[in-house]
Amino acid sequence: MGAARLAEHPETLVMPLLDIRSLSLSFGSTRALDAASLSIEAGEIVALMGANGAGKSTLVKILSGVQRADSGAVLWKGLPFAPASPAAAGRAGVVTVHQSTDVVGIPDLTVADALMLDCFIDGRQPFFLSTASVRRSAARLLKGTGIDLPLDRRFGDLGTADRQMVAIARALSNKAELLILDEPTASLSSLESQRLYALLRALKAQGLAILYISHRTADLQALADRVVVLRNGRDVGRFARPIDFDAAIEAMIGRPLPAAETRGAAAPGKPLLHLHGAALLPDSLPFDLTVHEGEIVAITGVLGAGKSRLLSTLFGVYPLASGNMTLAGMPYRPKGPAEAIAAGVVMAAEDRHRSSLMPAGWPGESIAETISLPHLARWYPSGLIDTRRENREAARAIERLGIKARSPDASVWSLSGGNQQKVVLARWDAAVSRILLLDEPFQGVDIGARQDIIDALRSQRGRATLIATSDPDEAHAVADRVLTLSRHTIETAAHGEITEPQALREQKEDA
Amino acid sequence: MIPQDPAHAASPLDPNSTTSLRLPGLDAIREAVRSSAVFLLLAVLLIVFAVAQPAFLTVGNLMSILQGVSVVAIIGAGVTVTLAIGEFDLSVGAVAASSVMAASYAMIVLGLNATETVVLVIAFGALVGLFNALLIVRLGVPDLLATLSTMFLLTGLQLIPTAGRSISAGLILPDGTTATGRVDPSFLPIGRSSLWGTVPIPVVIMAALAVVLFVLTEKTRFGRVLFATGGNEIAARLAGANTARIKTIAYVLSGALASVGGIIVAARVGRGDVSSGASLLMDSVAAALIGFAVLGLRRPNVFGTIIGAVFVGVLLNGLTMLNAPYYTQDFIKGAVLVGALALTYGVARNRL
Ligand SMILES: Nc1ncnc2c1ncn2[C@@H]1O[C@H](COP(=O)(O)OP(=O)(O)OP(=O)(O)O)[C@@H](O)[C@H]1O
Ligand SMILES: [Mg+2]
Repeated sequence: MGAARLAEHPETLVMPLLDIRSLSLSFGSTRALDAASLSIEAGEIVALMGANGAGKSTLVKILSGVQRADSGAVLWKGLPFAPASPAAAGRAGVVTVHQSTDVVGIPDLTVADALMLDCFIDGRQPFFLSTASVRRSAARLLKGTGIDLPLDRRFGDLGTADRQMVAIARALSNKAELLILDEPTASLSSLESQRLYALLRALKAQGLAILYISHRTADLQALADRVVVLRNGRDVGRFARPIDFDAAIEAMIGRPLPAAETRGAAAPGKPLLHLHGAALLPDSLPFDLTVHEGEIVAITGVLGAGKSRLLSTLFGVYPLASGNMTLAGMPYRPKGPAEAIAAGVVMAAEDRHRSSLMPAGWPGESIAETISLPHLARWYPSGLIDTRRENREAARAIERLGIKARSPDASVWSLSGGNQQKVVLARWDAAVSRILLLDEPFQGVDIGARQDIIDALRSQRGRATLIATSDPDEAHAVADRVLTLSRHTIETAAHGEITEPQALREQKEDA
Repeated sequence: MIPQDPAHAASPLDPNSTTSLRLPGLDAIREAVRSSAVFLLLAVLLIVFAVAQPAFLTVGNLMSILQGVSVVAIIGAGVTVTLAIGEFDLSVGAVAASSVMAASYAMIVLGLNATETVVLVIAFGALVGLFNALLIVRLGVPDLLATLSTMFLLTGLQLIPTAGRSISAGLILPDGTTATGRVDPSFLPIGRSSLWGTVPIPVVIMAALAVVLFVLTEKTRFGRVLFATGGNEIAARLAGANTARIKTIAYVLSGALASVGGIIVAARVGRGDVSSGASLLMDSVAAALIGFAVLGLRRPNVFGTIIGAVFVGVLLNGLTMLNAPYYTQDFIKGAVLVGALALTYGVARNRL
């Protein structure tokens, strides 16, 4: 446990395991990294903080051999380190779980196969495989990590959180000395996050170094021995224990965290959406729900509690198993997203890669085109596309939501993860709607930006917003009212329930 | 079936998505070469052939090249539309071939006139497209399997009404009677005459369809949603698109365009040949894939498909004039396709 103390003077005492010295990388005119420095010891967890687009993932990509730096040096155990590929980085002991979990996935493999993929490739497994032996090895691997996963499921059928767990388990199966996790909890509920924390602490005790990136303060509080803050590609702050997170956040966004607009102050408007005796699944308990104009309601619950199911049902993806819905007093029974959208109910679904974005290089990949897709009929009544209209809308969204982008027609794939997510939100904020459904809308969005987005959402009165989130802190931070979903039914449906003070702000006042 | 599964095609670690700009000059040059390579090569070909064989660079010869590729270009445009929805219509060759038979049958056996025949045959092509859509969209049969089955079905079906005989005036039908109709004389100009004596009608049709389809796919709302369906079907549906309808329209368009190709062939040869259209599928698919390289777009696009077809036409015509033997043609087409694909996917590729 001396590592944490040593780490406060890494330069003077020992040679660090990893030493990054003024690393720079530009994409065209964008300086993603601008002389950033950082070091990590064995057996410590260093948290990398930074607003969306600060350069965190870029740094990770350089360390893991996906990209090459323009200038600067990386020393790994004192020797220059510039891995030519992720495999080369892995052989050297640097293992990465990237921000996008899609990367590790081959949809048709079973989970067991996906876990053992590296072993197939490097010959740790025999050439001829039997399903049973693969399954056995995979089970052994999982047992070592303490992660629980359905081994026989198809990888492509897994939810985001499970895919994330597969990625982490796979990384752990390699002989890692430095484990890099880029927003590993973005799609995990607090229960799963707790499991991950326990696992990471155990690994740290075994001497593993961990570079941890997250926008969740809870993660950082639970794990970080030290914090390094990146802003605009530079390292602008270093914090050792006890870590002053407020100062860190201020260094990160360049100003104190703005206070949320007074919320819940205005009396809730007219009831807008009613659910009567609604059952999401044939065997789930029916519940009632009323949502009012101008209200932001958060829905929390563990993974599989039915948050996405509820929002998707409201959006017409699934029918209600029983019960009925009314929207502004009229019966509401959408047969698909198109009908829901026509009725003014819109949804930004979870997992943006699957649900919202076009592949890189394919038509529709630009920021403007991503935003305009659901609005084409209204923006282009003649049927002919005039890109000026959507570029104008996109420019407004970039401004309004603070998206860090070169231009409205830049590819969404040139954006950082959090900024991609803002584009998805901008899509549905671009037109007037009555009910805005947001499923894990702040995945990868930094807290400063989250506050800005919420304020932007609030500025459109007369609309009700339902936000599904697995992060209870976030639920309390953004909503007027928090509901908990469990086994596909609402636990605490008490109307007008007072919002608990935002955990983060509370602790801020303590400090 | 080309650039599927958004989860993979779209990963931010995708080497193609991270356009490295560390050596801006070099990369810009590479990009410029990649996007104009097909045109540069086309220019080189034209010059080389013109120098080697003065008869090559005449209006007459150039028009005959365009006439030669018009059928493949039109069918290829249909293939492009199905590639845009991320699928592949393998039945186009068979639709075109059976359209040749259907056109001749309509006139010679049923005694229809040219207009009725054209309408009937295009409706036939559209109907086949609808059938494909039924299999794929409603029943969920994978596109390649469904259209392969349709291809089989049509290849067999076109033989049944005439008991496997080619159709020309005086055809003896399976029941022993003799067909009384003949090819409507006003049908033949579709494949044989020229506008102002220089531009063959098939070239006019090709140009008109190319413009219409280009605008439809690249400049309209429909085109956006078409590509969105192919890029990420779930995302398209969650954005409110009716992807089932889009896909159905794509297959209907593909079938109808293939039957237009068949009509032109029928008008050119003036009879229903059982063996016509043997290579139409491969040639039109090749044109659509070569089209990926045109403008360096790496995706299906109508303009590229037309240029792809013309490119192959110019090359074959020039080589034939230089006395390259006929049997080398397929090999040359294959080589062009491989070259184009290497250009599309290989050049300017970053490492990973
Ligand atoms: N392939 C690329 N092409 C162009 N610009 C890029 C590319 N990749 C990253 N960038 C830019 O580099 C900057 C840093 O991006 P990076 O992904 O490292 O941010 P991040 O700190 O990980 O943000 P987030 O918290 O949103 O994940 C951003 O401005 C981004 O737009
Ligand atoms: Mg990132």
